[in-house]
Amino acid sequence: MIGAWQGGGFAGQYVNNAGRDVAAVAEFDSVGLRYGTGAEVLRDLDFRLRTGSFYFLTGPSGAGKTSLLKLLYLAQRPTRGRIKLFGEELSEAEREALPPFRRRIGVVFQDFRLIRHLSAFDNIALPLRVAGAADQDVEGPVREMLAWVGLADRASARPPTLSGGEQQRVAIARAVINRPELLVADEPTGNVDAEMANRLMGLFTALNRLGTTVVVATHDVGLINATPGAQLIRLENGTLVDPTGTLRNPPHPSGSRT
Amino acid sequence: MLRWFFVSPAERRLLGFSRLGGPTPWVIAIMSFSIMLIAATGLALASTAALVSRSIETRYALEAPGGGADLGALVQAIGSTHGVTSVDAVPESDMRKTLEQWLGPAAQSAELPVPALINFDASRGTDLRALERRVQAIAPGATMVAHRDSVGPLLHSLTLLQWVAFGLVLLLSIAASAAVVLAARGALDTHRFTIEVMHGIGATDLQVTHLFQRKILIDAFIGSVAGAIAAALVLLLLASGAAIAGELTGGAAIGAGDIVILALLPLALTVLATWVARTAVLRTLRRAL
Repeated sequence: MIGAWQGGGFAGQYVNNAGRDVAAVAEFDSVGLRYGTGAEVLRDLDFRLRTGSFYFLTGPSGAGKTSLLKLLYLAQRPTRGRIKLFGEELSEAEREALPPFRRRIGVVFQDFRLIRHLSAFDNIALPLRVAGAADQDVEGPVREMLAWVGLADRASARPPTLSGGEQQRVAIARAVINRPELLVADEPTGNVDAEMANRLMGLFTALNRLGTTVVVATHDVGLINATPGAQLIRLENGTLVDPTGTLRNPPHPSGSRT
Repeated sequence: MLRWFFVSPAERRLLGFSRLGGPTPWVIAIMSFSIMLIAATGLALASTAALVSRSIETRYALEAPGGGADLGALVQAIGSTHGVTSVDAVPESDMRKTLEQWLGPAAQSAELPVPALINFDASRGTDLRALERRVQAIAPGATMVAHRDSVGPLLHSLTLLQWVAFGLVLLLSIAASAAVVLAARGALDTHRFTIEVMHGIGATDLQVTHLFQRKILIDAFIGSVAGAIAAALVLLLLASGAAIAGELTGGAAIGAGDIVILALLPLALTVLATWVARTAVLRTLRRAL
């Protein structure tokens, strides 16, 4: 138990065990999601993600991790319940209202979702350009990011010519280039070697220290255990394992939690 | 508006279009070509109808069965009538020469009765009934015919054809718009993934639409102008052919005002295509989250 909500519903404030008010970057209130007329893939989700925290989302395949992430990065609307992001109720917000919120979220997709006909440079620069950055303000940060993910010499390469690991690094660079307030990553280290995985997690934790809330969906127990202070959200059959909605601190020496 | 043309190379790369790579410019060029030719035909018909109408509006013909005997008196009676601006008696020799084409040498026979024919112009308000009474007193049985009555059906047909032409221009414009909508939807389908990624990182519908409308604006402009140039060449050839054929066109040329209208058509088609494409793209995007 890491704290409790006081005041009820969205009007409440999160108060941690030390008695401090903690802002929530995301708040799910009785959220459910179904695709079309099918059964609910997510049910009765009640949880809050504290600003500046680091979360791992785990669970067996088909548990609803990717669906939950889609709700977080505003690619889906819940079929019931309410979702608040950055303090704003967005479950039924007009679609024209969503882009400014999406710009505050960085997403690393499981399938990378790189634009094939754009170079690595242009793919990474895309969030900056969408946010309205001028060309001269794009060059420096993108070169720096390319160097950081070890792709400085692959700036003009297009995704089909990059290996899976390289594509993943480009996807991660694109997700973090504009220092998002919320970073959502779906199996971000699935295609890279251990060394690169550590470097990428280092980038995530560095961003987290700067205030970015990070949510990483992964099956990698080693990754979870190597990230002290991170919390665990475990999904099974579309619902949180802990019915109280509290999030546990996951690091466990044996790594047997997942 | 100008911003549509001037986007950064990075924005241009986003959709990865190649110039003239799709069918849109070609479809619009064909539409523009057809629209220009039909519009030119419609304008020429309108010009012809106006010219004919102007020239015959006040024109009358008097036919006297008695031949040239009363010609002088008739010309004097007509010419002295208030409102008559010109009188032109057709000489009997001219009449016989004309008849010779059908009758041969028999047309020169004194036994062939040739009516007297007098053309005259009478301004509005001329008392034609009084004139007719005076004419009847001189040459009983003379008939007075207004040219507009005899040419009226032809003018009516010309007006009808002119409206048919403008209707066709409208239909072709609608067809061009439909082609642009299909092209825009096709482009959206082709670039669905890119659009999803852009939306995912916070691009607005207007940002996405901007890319497409610029592409379609350029395609439509190139297609329209190319079609218009081809149509202009054809019109020039037709005009020179008509000039060679003599008085075929009867002076019913396309006027300066008409040329301005024709020159504006490709621009109008470009604006229409771009607006239609923008609307179609925005509507389609709004169906996504």
